[in-house]
Amino acid sequence: MIVMKNVYKKYRNGVVASNGIHVEISKGEFVYVVGPSGAGKSTFIKMMYREEVPTSGLIFINGTELSKIRSKDIPYLRRQIGVVFQDFKLLPKLTVYENVAYALEVIEEKPSVIRQKVTDVLKLVGLTNKMRMFPNELSGGEQQRVSIARSIVNSPKLVIADEPTGNLDPDTSWEIMKIFERINAQGTTIVMATHNREIVDTKKHRVIQIEGGLITRDEYEGEYRNEI
Amino acid sequence: MKFRTFRRHLRESFKSLSRNGWMTFASVSAVTVTLLLIGVFFIIMMNLNQLADNIENDVEIKVVAEPGADRVQVQQLLKQVKKTPGVEEVTHFTRDQELEKMIKSFGDELALHKQSNPLGDALYVKASNPKETATLAKEISTYEYIYDVEYGEGKVEKLFNVLKVGRNVGLALILALLFTAMFLISNTIRLTIIARRTEIDIMKLVGATDSFVRIPFMLEGVWLGILGAIVPMVVITTSYAQLYSLWDSRLQNQLFKLLDPTPFLFQLNFLLVFVAVFIGVWGSFMSVRKFLRV
Repeated sequence: MIVMKNVYKKYRNGVVASNGIHVEISKGEFVYVVGPSGAGKSTFIKMMYREEVPTSGLIFINGTELSKIRSKDIPYLRRQIGVVFQDFKLLPKLTVYENVAYALEVIEEKPSVIRQKVTDVLKLVGLTNKMRMFPNELSGGEQQRVSIARSIVNSPKLVIADEPTGNLDPDTSWEIMKIFERINAQGTTIVMATHNREIVDTKKHRVIQIEGGLITRDEYEGEYRNEI
Repeated sequence: MKFRTFRRHLRESFKSLSRNGWMTFASVSAVTVTLLLIGVFFIIMMNLNQLADNIENDVEIKVVAEPGADRVQVQQLLKQVKKTPGVEEVTHFTRDQELEKMIKSFGDELALHKQSNPLGDALYVKASNPKETATLAKEISTYEYIYDVEYGEGKVEKLFNVLKVGRNVGLALILALLFTAMFLISNTIRLTIIARRTEIDIMKLVGATDSFVRIPFMLEGVWLGILGAIVPMVVITTSYAQLYSLWDSRLQNQLFKLLDPTPFLFQLNFLLVFVAVFIGVWGSFMSVRKFLRV
């Protein structure tokens, strides 16, 4: 599903966020990406949906090499990937329902299908009663659930989440984990950058640790570890 | 693009207008103020242009036949002048009629001349293109039985020059005003779109193509233009119609008549809407384009 070969990323200000990363993530896996702040986790994730472009190296998503994609085809790559952002990235002038529907409107889905899918996914994340509200009327946890709903509404094969529980209280974080577990059980690959020790140590999955732009640990059924 | 997607864009553009209330208000106000300026200025310029046309059309050549020429010779001259290319209209006054006119202007003592009228017949010639007056006068002066050809030599050229400069200055001012309007309106739209650049980022990250992001913004530009044009259109149309009826009833001056409201106001309103919509769409297009590179 995801293959990175010798990926190197240096920003204009000289910071090296990825210093030769090799990794393979198979279909249906659930992967935690851990590491201290500034280790390169976000860059690692952003390169997968081409918000960032590597300075050198190859990245394959579903067999497509990302550096070969023309800029006009980037939207079609992004539609195959559901992305949950740490800062939610909801459209402020759209309601909960409209924010989720947006991901289906861009693929020109039929209105009846949009209605059905959005209603279903909002039920899944428990926001049916708040679908007419605007993002600024919701709590952080609710906004994150909208972001998740939007990322999974068109049933992508891959969901990438950048610290989805970063700003949330423990109870809400567990709610959100439950949703991820559920969609992973349906065969969706999940890559989740996180600082949440409790979640990593309780819900055991593959753990990739990034430090100084390098993968320093890659363990199946791994733990969070104290030194991070 | 599917039809239902276009309908979706239309719906979104309307929603966005109402949900971005203050920004919509700012853009519409910018369009309203600049269009009012353009409209008023355009009315002034077009009417001055009409005045210039009237002045130009008022220029004529006075051809005086030799006082000794008989009726047949004068008719021959009249025929020849009428046939001259570039002549639009010839009015013939006999020598007696000419004398009557002079008596009217200068007093009865000229009536003495009725016994032996020293004047010749006069032909008043209008050129189809007033700017060709001098050339035409020159050509007519070569004909037979001619005593004199007058057209205000020197003065007419000066007048035409003044009118030409006036027209060019007016055109330059209108262009400058249009340019300023474009700058002002598209800048206001740009500011409102800059405030929404995160929205564009998000749309792109969720998988929207450039056109999917851009079209609702451009449609919004169309509505901003139309909304902004309403007040100037109403104000200009009603005030001009009022002014016209007032002017027309009080001033019978043929030289300075205001342009008839129909079709002038239709044309002006069409121009205003066109300018507003064009600038609205163009401003949105250019502003969104900047933020699409995500």
